[in-house]
Amino acid sequence: MKSLEELRAIRANMQAQMGLRKEDGNQTRIVVGMATCGIASGARPVLVALSDAVQEKGLKNVTVTQTGCIGLCKYEPIVEVIEPGKEKVTYVKMTPEKALEVLEKHIIRGQIVKEYTISEMIG
Amino acid sequence: MYRSHVLVCGGTGCTSSGTPKILECLNEEINKAGLKNEVAVVQTGCHGLCALGPIVIVYPEATFYSMVKPEDVPEIVNEHLLKGRIVQRLVYDETKTEEGTVTSINETAFYKKQHRVALRNCGVINPENIDEYIATGGYEALGRVLTEYTPDQVIQMITDSGLRGRGGGGFPTGLKWKLARANEADQKYVCCNADEGDPGAFMDRSILEGDPHVVLEAMAIAGYAIGANQGYIYVRAEYPIAVKRLSIAIEQAREYGLLGKNIFGTGFDFDIELRLGAGAFVCGEETALMTSIEGNRGEPRPRPPFPAQKGLFGKPTLLNNVETYANIPQIILNGPEWFASMGTEKSKGTKVFALGGKINNTGLVEIPMGTTLREVVEEIGGGIPNGKKFKAAQTGGPSGGCIPAEHFDIPIDYDNLISIGSMMGSGGLIVMDEDNCMVDIAKFFLEFTVDESCGKCTPCRIGTKRLHEMLDKITQGQGTLEDIDKLEELCYYIKENSLCGLGQSAPNPVLSTIKYFRDEYVSHVVDKKCPAGVCKALLSYVIDPELCKGCTLCARICPNNAISGKVKEAHSIDQSKCVKCGACIEKCRFGAISKR
Ligand SMILES: Cc1cc2nc3c(=O)[nH]c(=O)nc-3n(C[C@H](O)[C@H](O)[C@H](O)COP(=O)(O)O)c2cc1C
Ligand code: SF4
Ligand code: SF4
Ligand code: FES
Repeated sequence: MKSLEELRAIRANMQAQMGLRKEDGNQTRIVVGMATCGIASGARPVLVALSDAVQEKGLKNVTVTQTGCIGLCKYEPIVEVIEPGKEKVTYVKMTPEKALEVLEKHIIRGQIVKEYTISEMIG
Repeated sequence: MYRSHVLVCGGTGCTSSGTPKILECLNEEINKAGLKNEVAVVQTGCHGLCALGPIVIVYPEATFYSMVKPEDVPEIVNEHLLKGRIVQRLVYDETKTEEGTVTSINETAFYKKQHRVALRNCGVINPENIDEYIATGGYEALGRVLTEYTPDQVIQMITDSGLRGRGGGGFPTGLKWKLARANEADQKYVCCNADEGDPGAFMDRSILEGDPHVVLEAMAIAGYAIGANQGYIYVRAEYPIAVKRLSIAIEQAREYGLLGKNIFGTGFDFDIELRLGAGAFVCGEETALMTSIEGNRGEPRPRPPFPAQKGLFGKPTLLNNVETYANIPQIILNGPEWFASMGTEKSKGTKVFALGGKINNTGLVEIPMGTTLREVVEEIGGGIPNGKKFKAAQTGGPSGGCIPAEHFDIPIDYDNLISIGSMMGSGGLIVMDEDNCMVDIAKFFLEFTVDESCGKCTPCRIGTKRLHEMLDKITQGQGTLEDIDKLEELCYYIKENSLCGLGQSAPNPVLSTIKYFRDEYVSHVVDKKCPAGVCKALLSYVIDPELCKGCTLCARICPNNAISGKVKEAHSIDQSKCVKCGACIEKCRFGAISKR
């Protein structure tokens, strides 16, 4: 260790990983439905794509978790976005590509991707 | 990149209740489920809830599973990690809400009033990975100290923080550093006291196991401040996990150049070595500790000279306790004002206590100084089991004293505890209820000091033995009122004439129990009764002939054939044969047997 900058570089690099272990109420949660139906319809690649992207982009206040069956099996894979103090947004029939689009537009830029939401789908 | 971290507690408590097997099963099941690249398994240090171990926490949900068995692991992997369904039956009860959801462990009664400074990383990071320590701000304080502050500025910060030694005495840490700096010498040393001899305490062990780097970083800061380039950690060999993690930590710090030559390119050199102690209580005393590091028999020597003048190998030496060091980097990073904002006027910051005895939540807790005993016992500790009444709490272990119910609302800090005849000590806090006999408690601690007295000076070697004999006589029902006075007199004599702190404080448990529970001593010598029903010699087991149905159950269970009687007729106990084991009382279905 020759300088503080070197130490800080290690820290920045590790913090993306350790962010997973934060416990506070100000987190945006991305929840992927992962019951048997979800897994069968391809929820796992969606989950992996989301969690990788969140860590790669160093989004510190975002966590990706799974949940059981949401009860809307024919719309699986389902992704819910829960922001502190806002109403939950439910995205349906997700693919890894669509999920990344949601991450980019909704989580980072704050614009809900209407065409993928459940209200659009059911009409 | 991992989407989930599974933390498994690797502290001493959880390790002995099954962590190694759980880790093995977890890795196996995660492999089988094909989650190897998605889920990381991390072994951490102690969470403080050792009685509920082994503990497994799954992030990002922060689900807190307790008492996990290897058989439970496949369910955690297949339900929680694969499908995201929390395994409700394993969730720590206190984190379950009425709506059936799970809250953070930080919201539970046990954690809510805690404030973690010294324990901040315990149970959070992998202590065997220096990068995780760095991620939480580790070694930043050392870097800043070396590049931005002079040694005097560092000492001023520690002084301003108001930090006092956590090893028992409560000596102001900044002043200690200043004294060690003031003595010019070609060589100085920085030592860490990790001997932890108080039988009820394990906070130092938990810090070493859960966050070893914090101690290394703080010692290097201390080295810079006082002008030393060599450190020693004196740790008891009975702490194998702590020794192993410390060795790994020292190795990793050397590899990163955070120990060794020219740290942060500033020309400052500092290195640390471990010294293992055999676990004698007296070796925690500062002069005995240094004598032991030098390779001699660990016996105290008279002071002065104090270690800051002539310590290890005759050189100026700074000695601090593990928990004292664990506060240092945070003081540098957050500023002395931050630290001084916690606690009471003369006791700043937090203190870690090992809660034990008659209390629902046993374990390790870190609370701001000034928290009341009532908050600790009733809120954090969850009260006393079986609806029993609080009688007293013992702090300071064998050197301390008891706090009776009349002082239940006392804010805990160094000076308050001393003013009521106890002391902070290293942080053991043992709760006693109405079933504890105070004479018996005093006898228990004296037994310990008799064993641990090094024997160098007479008042302690012989005096503690006599104290123990007199206490034994009282518990046997053979004491007199005069004995109580003699007991007190001898206590004062030992306190004044012993060479080291062990002898000087050994009588404290006797003095404080006499002070607050004299009537209990009197019952033993005058009425020949033990009010709590503990001292066997003063008890007799009797069968009430009115209630006895002659079922013969007690006679069959008695190990010493002390009970006789015909079927369907009242039984009786032969007192000369009864060994007072209490087995009969538990067996009798008619409540006919009682203890008097
Ligand atoms: C008999 C005896 C045992 C002691 N045991 C310990 C111990 O196990 N750990 C400890 O840190 N201090 C212990 N001390 C206190 C040390 O002598 C010393 O005061 C302390 O380590 C200084 O560190 P501090 O100023 O950071 O508290 C003991 C003292 C006595 C008299
Ligand atoms: S007081 Fe006790 S432990 Fe201390 S030097 Fe004397 S005999 Fe040894
Ligand atoms: S207390 Fe034990 S020894 Fe005494 S009578 Fe009952 S069973 Fe027998
Ligand atoms: S050892 Fe696991 S909680 Fe203390």
